[in-house]
Amino acid sequence: MGKVIVVTSGKGGVGKTTSSAALGAALAQNGDKVVVVDFDVGLRNLDLVMGAERRVVYDLVNVIQGEAKLTQALIRDKRVETLYLLPASQTRDKDNLTPEGVETVINTLKKAFDWVICDSPAGIERGATLAMRHADVAIVVTNPEVSSVRDSDRIIGLLDSKTLKAENGERMEKHLLLTRYDPARAERGDMLKVDDVLEILSIPLLGIIPESMDVLRASNLGAPVTLADGKCAPAVAYFNAARRLAGEELPVAVPGEKRSFFGKIFGRKAA
Amino acid sequence: MTAVLTQPRPIRLKGRSFLALALTPELPFEDWLIRLDDLAGRSAGFFLRRPVVLDVDGLDIDRAELRGLVEQLGRRNVRIMGIEGARPSLMGADLPPAMTDGRAASDFEAPDAAQASQPELPPPAIQAEPQALRAAPSLVITDPVRSGQSILFPEGDVTVVGSVASGAEIVAGGSIHVYGTLRGRAMAGTTGAASARIFCRKLEAELIAIDGFYRTAEDLDPDLWGRAVQIWLEGEAIKAGILG
Repeated sequence: MGKVIVVTSGKGGVGKTTSSAALGAALAQNGDKVVVVDFDVGLRNLDLVMGAERRVVYDLVNVIQGEAKLTQALIRDKRVETLYLLPASQTRDKDNLTPEGVETVINTLKKAFDWVICDSPAGIERGATLAMRHADVAIVVTNPEVSSVRDSDRIIGLLDSKTLKAENGERMEKHLLLTRYDPARAERGDMLKVDDVLEILSIPLLGIIPESMDVLRASNLGAPVTLADGKCAPAVAYFNAARRLAGEELPVAVPGEKRSFFGKIFGRKAA
Repeated sequence: MTAVLTQPRPIRLKGRSFLALALTPELPFEDWLIRLDDLAGRSAGFFLRRPVVLDVDGLDIDRAELRGLVEQLGRRNVRIMGIEGARPSLMGADLPPAMTDGRAASDFEAPDAAQASQPELPPPAIQAEPQALRAAPSLVITDPVRSGQSILFPEGDVTVVGSVASGAEIVAGGSIHVYGTLRGRAMAGTTGAASARIFCRKLEAELIAIDGFYRTAEDLDPDLWGRAVQIWLEGEAIKAGILG
């Protein structure tokens, strides 16, 4: 059985889709079988970031409505053969996502893949709650600014109450992915410090992704940053985050600083 | 031309709780009514002028049966002020209103046969202080209170071991203790306890209130910000002091 991961944040524009694609590609490059599922029905983006927009025929809604088989809707990546995409529908309404349909799709994917990465839409409505519902692990994507941190805190509350795991009395494993971290702005004190974000959210740190033009460039090329240029700083940070996700204990380096965090240690006492 | 938009004095609405007698009828109602008549016969006027709530939780009845029972009771001078535990489909405008969240008080002593022979005795008094020796209830929360979460505990004190996030709120009938950082809203003494206090290890609250008197973050003394603080009420003034 594979692991179901939801990439969520509450706030929009913090880097959920970029992170879903980058982590998916990083995990797949280790030989793991990975599928990235776009839950953002009506505002899909993941196909663009993964460079598959011209190959979309069927989508998640088609599968849920029984208009296509799951195997017909899955798109295999041209660069990494163990990486797949299940696109969202751009034309349908998000009300077409039914809880039963989502459950069936996720359970089927779990049997065939090592990792099922669900890219959640922004907000706390139907699409977001359905994306997190069946997850085993949650990655909370946060920017080091107050509005993003508060929205993430709200999402963590929902992860602890509205998911299947929470309803069964189990604890959802949650990780913080701090994205768009700008060392220069941190230096000037324009951003929340890493310690402050960790103190407020009190969940373990999975990684810190530096703000970089490389991310934007990769998106425009239609490639996850971990495929476009594996050597650039954000790609290295995503590769390390993927290793931590797979269970490896690696210290988290703060960009522009010499010190580092042992993310796992940080989390154990609080989360 | 002048138009009066609002009346100068608004109507005041206040919440208040009263002690009522809860009757729990059993099926079949005919037999239960006979037993009730027997009880009433032994103590005339037992139900007179007493507020009575009908508890129909778990009874498999329809609306006509419920209406029939209320009428039967009315004929016996038992006036029903509310119905507890009924499905919404059972209720209607011709029935007393639904009541929820009833809490148990001491049992009313039903008059027994011995008392029936001494009719000069007054009806048994309601025992009002059955829980005098019970400790005040408190709620302990070991997880951080997240943005958007609301902890309501009108029964007593709330203790939070972690932090209360911005956008979260704690509403307690008694005092509030936060061992992490208080960033959200804390409302203590909401059921009228002016002696309630708020304690926190680090004050960054959006709003604090005791017994309805509140202060927003802007009105708080900047010297208190980020410190370990206790907050209490003196008369109608919110007071705060640094702890330790």
